[in-house]
Amino acid sequence: MTQNDLPAIFCDYNPIEDKMLQVIDNEGNIINKELMPELDDETIIDAYKLMLYERIADEKAVSYQRQGRMYTYTPNLGQEAIHIAAGMNIRKVDWLVPSFREMGTLLAKGVTMKDMFLFYNGNEHGGSFKNANHVLPIAISIGTQFQHATGIGYSVKYRKKDEVVFTFIGDGGTSEGDFSEALNFAGVWKVPVVFTIQNNQYAISVPVKAQTNSVNLAVKSVAFGIPGIKVDGNDFFAMYLAYKTASEYARSGRGAVLVEALTYRLGAHTTSDDPTKYRKKEEEELWGLTDPLIRLKRYIESMGIWNIDEEKLTEEYKQQIDEQFIDAENNKSYPLNDVFQYMYTDMPEELRRQKAEYEQFLSWKEKRK
Amino acid sequence: MVKAINNALDIKLNEDKNIVIYGEDVGVEGGVFRVTEGLQKKYGVERVFDSPLAESAIVGTALGMAVSGLRPIVELQFEGFTFPAFNQILSNVARMQNRSRGKYGVPMVIRFPYGGGVNALEHHSDSPEALFAHIPGLKVVIPSTPHDAKGMMIAAIESNDPVIFMEPKRIYRAIKQEVSDEKFTLPLGKARVVQEGSDVTVVAFGAMIRECQKAIVMAEENGISVELIDLRSIYPIDRETIRDSVRKTGRMIVVAEAHESFSVGSELIAIANEEAFLYLEAPPKRVMGYDTVVPLAQGEKYYIISPDRIFYEIEKSVHF
Repeated sequence: MTQNDLPAIFCDYNPIEDKMLQVIDNEGNIINKELMPELDDETIIDAYKLMLYERIADEKAVSYQRQGRMYTYTPNLGQEAIHIAAGMNIRKVDWLVPSFREMGTLLAKGVTMKDMFLFYNGNEHGGSFKNANHVLPIAISIGTQFQHATGIGYSVKYRKKDEVVFTFIGDGGTSEGDFSEALNFAGVWKVPVVFTIQNNQYAISVPVKAQTNSVNLAVKSVAFGIPGIKVDGNDFFAMYLAYKTASEYARSGRGAVLVEALTYRLGAHTTSDDPTKYRKKEEEELWGLTDPLIRLKRYIESMGIWNIDEEKLTEEYKQQIDEQFIDAENNKSYPLNDVFQYMYTDMPEELRRQKAEYEQFLSWKEKRK
Repeated sequence: MVKAINNALDIKLNEDKNIVIYGEDVGVEGGVFRVTEGLQKKYGVERVFDSPLAESAIVGTALGMAVSGLRPIVELQFEGFTFPAFNQILSNVARMQNRSRGKYGVPMVIRFPYGGGVNALEHHSDSPEALFAHIPGLKVVIPSTPHDAKGMMIAAIESNDPVIFMEPKRIYRAIKQEVSDEKFTLPLGKARVVQEGSDVTVVAFGAMIRECQKAIVMAEENGISVELIDLRSIYPIDRETIRDSVRKTGRMIVVAEAHESFSVGSELIAIANEEAFLYLEAPPKRVMGYDTVVPLAQGEKYYIISPDRIFYEIEKSVHF
């Protein structure tokens, strides 16, 4: 691969030099005018609305969990710009191979909050995302999904399809062997995969500095011969540009791309986690200043194109999300058969026997009442 | 149990400078279940520390430490995340001593929480003891009480062989028991007769002991005398205790959370057949998980073994 094949941003923001792609600053001012993606006002406002929706849905999910109406949940707070920018660049035919913290991108692919609520309420049907095209279930075993994405990339190439694979991992996941192995294969096979590292600074309690001695995470692409770029993950426009460029590059047949999205997990790792154990409030407040929603809103306001009644919209979203939650909550049917039915294409006799044995126990229990 | 294990680690760290503890989140945070809480503060970051997120490297580097004079204790965060390390465990940790004809021992403890009943996400409810017990060269142990956890952990750390120490997360904080502050050990490889009885032998371990005790109350109300054995060590297995009990009662029920086929339950029934065939009055029975993935919270009620289900099988065995 020669330098000339590379889109300009990959040359201008070489991760070895530890540069970071940014378009607007924390105040919403444009700092790199030539990089501003060409988006009309309405699209920009829509992006803000999608980010707002994700944030409200996420806050709702945490509060349902706190009320004891939902089990362990993985908050997205603070990482919405990445998810929405990816969601706006991922097409229906494209693949999404998620980790477990990219709600806005899942929603863009047609996953509903009802699915999410059902899943985090302990029902596999919610996690199957059955109405979303080309979306794999979330990956809890850290890093494994990168290899699946590479495999899908090979399949796309082999079948000569115009499809791009988007996949995500956290900063901690980059330490797993699966991460490096997947990128190595992707480099050799030149597959159409956009790999994203959501560097939110912590793998549960372990800061990224304790995870790697590399100058940044995007630089890991260099060893595998694929382009990589570090992007301000809380800058919607920078993320949009990165994804637009990366997916076009992947579609053109030139191979995979690694995007490091620098962000901050404003919430807990999961609802079982207590971040006060390992990080300071001042640090959270400092990162709070880079909040992707506030930045985009400031930009929109400064352009004089703000036309949203945010309070009203927030109420509308809350109501919609509540409705989906109630719908999921009322859908707690979990027949015994669901435990057995999906293990094999045809249920083996041994599983039928185990199921029948349990049914005998149930009828014994019924008679004892 | 969390406190008892923490205390065992504390005692050994204090006693032996060659012990180091590491894993994901075990240092600053003290582990996601707080098993190593306070130890970094007390013994420093060179001896108790956070590792990068890579289970294979956690175990593989521990092997390096173990063959060169240290005695590492590593935590894998959940049973579902032990598998990236499986290659190192199976191919090297379990074999190094034999491969090097005894030149390199691997005094190492690999500890992790396991088991269901906590409404968890996938990979957080499994019971993979049989997978590890099937690997020659490993000791695999599971405590069921805080007292046992302490004595077995100290014994595991002092063992010159690699020990897989599985901690039943469901009862991490569920059982309150006074445990001596003094150092003591329990021999690895010995089962414990929790309660003597004459009609039927129930063998269990980990979180299932408590469920069996509830079932035994029901059995006693129905005039059935149950002998309960806490296996404690999966490998080596205490053949003698099983033999003596089954020869006495003529009946055996194994209660465990893992998938039934090719399990510890299967092994125990083999022992009953080999050692007590002519004493049997009913077919030995496994009351275990299905050969399915452990369902998420809404479906877990079907999978989890309840006291009344154990009682149902006890009754069936006695009236066979």
